[in-house]
Order: sequence, then C-alpha cells, then structure tokens
Amino acid sequence: MGSTLTLVAFWILFVLVVASALAVVLLRNIVHSALYLVLSFVGVAGIYILLEAEFLAAVQILVYVGAVSVLLIFGVMLTRRGNIRQSNLFNAFSLAAGVVSLALCVLIILALARTPASLPLGSWPVDTVGALAEAFLGPFVVPFEVAAILLLVGIVGAILIAREVKEDK
Amino acid sequence: MPVWELLSVELLTAFLGLGLLVLGLLVPKGQKRGLGYLAALGLVGIAALAFALREAQGVVWEGYIIDPFGTYFKLLFLFAAILTCVSSFEYIGRLGNGEGEYYALIILSTLGMMILASAGELITLYLGLELMTISFCILATYRRGDMKSAEAGIKYIILGALSSAILLYGLSLLYGSTGSTLIKDISLVVNSGGVTPLMVVGMIFLLGGFAFKMAAVPFHMWAPDVYEGAPTPVTAFLSVASKAAAFAAFLRVFFVALGDSHPLWAEVIVALTILSVVVGNLVAIPQKNIKRLLAYSSISQAGYLLLGIVAFSTLGVGAILYHSMLYVFANMGAFMVATVFYNADKSDEIQDYAGLARRSPLLAAVMLFSLLSLAGIPPLAGFVSKFYLFMAVIDQGYIWLAILAVLMSMVSVYYYLQVVKVMYLGDPPPGRPAIEVPLGVQIALACSLAVLFLFGIYPTPLTNYAFSSAAAFFH
Repeated sequence: MGSTLTLVAFWILFVLVVASALAVVLLRNIVHSALYLVLSFVGVAGIYILLEAEFLAAVQILVYVGAVSVLLIFGVMLTRRGNIRQSNLFNAFSLAAGVVSLALCVLIILALARTPASLPLGSWPVDTVGALAEAFLGPFVVPFEVAAILLLVGIVGAILIAREVKEDK
Repeated sequence: MPVWELLSVELLTAFLGLGLLVLGLLVPKGQKRGLGYLAALGLVGIAALAFALREAQGVVWEGYIIDPFGTYFKLLFLFAAILTCVSSFEYIGRLGNGEGEYYALIILSTLGMMILASAGELITLYLGLELMTISFCILATYRRGDMKSAEAGIKYIILGALSSAILLYGLSLLYGSTGSTLIKDISLVVNSGGVTPLMVVGMIFLLGGFAFKMAAVPFHMWAPDVYEGAPTPVTAFLSVASKAAAFAAFLRVFFVALGDSHPLWAEVIVALTILSVVVGNLVAIPQKNIKRLLAYSSISQAGYLLLGIVAFSTLGVGAILYHSMLYVFANMGAFMVATVFYNADKSDEIQDYAGLARRSPLLAAVMLFSLLSLAGIPPLAGFVSKFYLFMAVIDQGYIWLAILAVLMSMVSVYYYLQVVKVMYLGDPPPGRPAIEVPLGVQIALACSLAVLFLFGIYPTPLTNYAFSSAAAFFH
C-alpha cells in the first residue's frame, strides 16, 4: 500500500472517529448517540487495521461494535421513559464544561506538539495473534487472571443489584 | 521462570473469595452466618502466612513485584478485611440475603488492593484498581431498598468510572511516551531521556486518578455521600483500605517510575496536602452524622499521609506505612462502634449517641480512644505516627507545612471531642436499654484498643518494621 494512500485513509478515519464522537455528545436523542458510538468504534477498528494490528481490529469490531453497543442500546430501551427525542440533554453547566474541555484540549495539543515523536524500539511482531497469546499466558498472566476475576465480580454484581428485592417485612 | 510460591498470599486470597462465592450458594438459608466466620478465619490464616513471608523478595515475570513494602501493605489490607468481616456478622445477617457474595466481594476487593500494592506494571496496576473499585461499587449498594445506599453506589460507580478513565488516559500517555508499561523500564527512560511535555500531561492525569481514590481535596466530593450511604462496615473498609491501596500504588508509580521527575510534581502534592488538611478538618466541624464526620476526618487523614509524599524520603515513606497501619485500627474501631450502635438504634446521628457511656461503657471507650488516636493525642498510637509524618516534612525544610498540619490537628480535636462530649455528658434517651455487644465484635474492639495503646506506648517493633520496609522500597 502506498504511503499517500495510507495517509488519506488515516485522515478519512480520523474525521469519521472524531465527528461521530462529537455526535455522541452533542445529539439530543440517546439512541442516535449510541448509533454514532458504534460508528466511532468502527473508525477506531479501521485505524487498527492501518497499524497492521488485524487481530485487535477484529476484536474491536466483535466486542465493541457487536456486544457493547448492542448492550448499550438494550439498556437504553429497557430503562428509558418519556420523550426519547430529549433524552441526552445538557445541564446548566454546559457552557462552563465546554470552556474547560476546550482549554484542556488546547493544553494537550500544545503538549503533544512540543513532544518529539518517537517510535518504540525493537521489531514489530509479524504474527500479532501469536505474540498476544504468548503475552497473555506468559509475562501478563497475572493481569490476565485478575481480569478474569474482575469480570466474575462484575457479573456477580450485576445479578446482585438487578435481583428482585423480597418484600418480607 | 517465575517463582510461583511468591504469589501464595494472592492465590490463597483468590481461592478463599471464590470458594465463599460457591459456598454461599450451597449453604442452606438458616446457616449463612458460618460464611462470615469462615471468611474471617480464612483471612486470619492468610494474614499469618503473609506475616511469615514478610521478608520475601522477588519478581513474578517482572511485572509483579513481591517485596517487604508490598507485603506490609498486604498485611494492612488483611487486618482491615478481618475487622470488616467481624463487624459485618450482625449487620449483614440482618440484611437477609447475599451473605456469601458479601464476604466474597470483601475478600476479592482485598485481592484487588494486594495486586495494586505489588504491581510493577501499569496494566496489572489498573486491573487491581478496577477489581477493588468494582467490588466496592457493589458493596456500597448492599442496603437494598435504602435510597441513600443506592445513591452511594451510583455515585461511586459514575465518579469512579470517570476517575478511572482519567487515570487510564494518564497511563496510556505514560506508555506512549516511554514505550513500556513496566515501572522499571519507565524509570530508566525518565532517568536517561528526561521528561517530555506529553509525559507531564500523563502525570497530571495520574495524580488526579490516584487523588480520587485517596479522597484528597479537591477530588474528595464523592467521599461524604458514599460513606454515608454505604453499609457501615463497607464504609470502614473503604475509608482505610482503599485509601492505603491508592497510596501504595502511588508510591510505586511516582517514587520508582517517576522518581527522577520529582521536582515537577512536588508542588502539586504540597497543594493537595494543604487543601486536604484544611478543608477536611474545617468542614468536619458542622457535621451532624457520625459517618459524614468520619468521612471528612478521613479526607484530612489523606492530607496527613500526603505529608509523607511531600517529604520524598525514606523517613516519609516509613511514616506513611506506620500512620496508615495505625489509621486502620483507629478508624475501624470508630466505625465498628458506629456499626454496633446502628444495629441497636438504627441511627447514625451524633445527637443519638447521647449517654452512650452509660448504655455501653465499652463502645464509648473504644470510640473515645479511637477518636483521640485519630486526633493524635498521646499516649495513643496516632500521636507517634503523626509525629513521624511531621518530622519527615520538617526534615526536608517544610516547617511551615508541619505547623499548618499541627494547627489543623488541634482543630480536629475540637470536632472529635464534640462526639465524646455527647457520649459522656449527654443523657441517654429514656427507655433505651443497654447495648449488647456480640462477643466477636468485643474481641475485635479490644484488639484495636490494645493496638492503639501498645504502639502508642511502645512503638519500636512496628516502627522498625515500617522503616525497614520503607528502606527496602528505596533500596
């Protein structure tokens, strides 16, 4: 792939990710916000493909686009009452929040611009899946197992919180 | 190859937690109380093992560091978890259901803290932190049907998620600018290449994330509401152990990985310290609810502990270790009294504590000495530990900061003694019976009291242990 083509693809994805992320925050209908979130996730998956991390891109599509966003939309559908068109509104502090966010954004961009860009040393793994598998069951086995316990705790918590309260008094 | 024996404390804790989860489903309804006893006994066993292995040193795959410093904190978490379990028997038994899960979650959040204290790698650190936080979110909502408990849970999960996001952003910037998630490698990069502006942004985000977990001002807003709404034993555990875990991880990241950039973040810590000590102590004065009072007191305690970070020395780290251990016993003592009192009277309001000394001399005495230790009055242990913290900052030339902290300590004596005044001089409401304290809680209260007096009068064994752990941390 030519480098110009890569660059063009990157900027298209960049605009897609940022624009749909902004739409998530700015739109007033929470279902639309959720759908734009899906689009943003797809854009991020595209960037992973550009970086030649195909496995990560596939996981991104499967987990975020597939599972997380469907759960999100289900959550909205099952809990929302009232007018869906006015379901994702700003509160009274929107102006202050906008100013603070913008200032933070400028600060981070300034810091980024003044940081010399550098790439990590060493070679890139050609076989990304194999390297990940070895890392999970090798050097990263402790966090891997902790993640398993964390997910278990999450599931137990969801059941505990959603369980019907018995009216025994 | 990694040395798996090093992980024995964590593995046993995980087994105990998961085992209780399964047992909780198998045990018939009337006999769930045994789960609590099993949890407490199991934790005592693990604590004994951790104490036996306190000198162990080594790494498991480079990303997981076992050293005396981490083991000291693990012992601290285990003591806090044991006291929490003991004070929960009655309280959780009355809630009716989910007992097995309750003790399992207490133990699994302890596991998260242990991971946090030993993490030598950023992903491990983050997962440990999340394990702790998610467990606490669930535990905070355990008073089913109580709106305040639901509010506490939702506040903790939303604000906790926000702070986790900020912390995670900081971690990713740190990784992006150093090319490694290993704390050891990051320190090498910071050592040789210096600090880039992007790394500074990462550091600020990390500071914010950790300060949230420590409940240091201005990242403290969640604390009073969550402390008030959560079940009292959970509040106690949250206020001592999660704070100590945040300090452990903070020390590892900022002293080891970012130690060479100390001048960059030192002033931010000084600001956090001043704000926490001043705001925590002053806002505590008008509080009417014992849990909110202790929440603001714990914010100010975060400020005192931050003094040890300001000092940036072995003495400072040793003082943090020492103070946080005694803070466990003082604060757990106070919260255990609040739990027993709530079980009897269904109230957390300070005015309802009137005449507690006549209704239960033991409860009133433990509350009195715990509060005096928190205030730092000799001969209690809190005096010695605060003394070391103040010494550590004076050693580094921050005399004005020590003076400010001492002045604010005096302010704290005022609001602590307000509670004492109500307990000892107030008249008990007519017709209120004496409060019966269960045997297990009596033993736990006596132990806390003994620790506060023992290490106040003869602090040498614990100071030696704390300072040798701190020395090993700096090697």
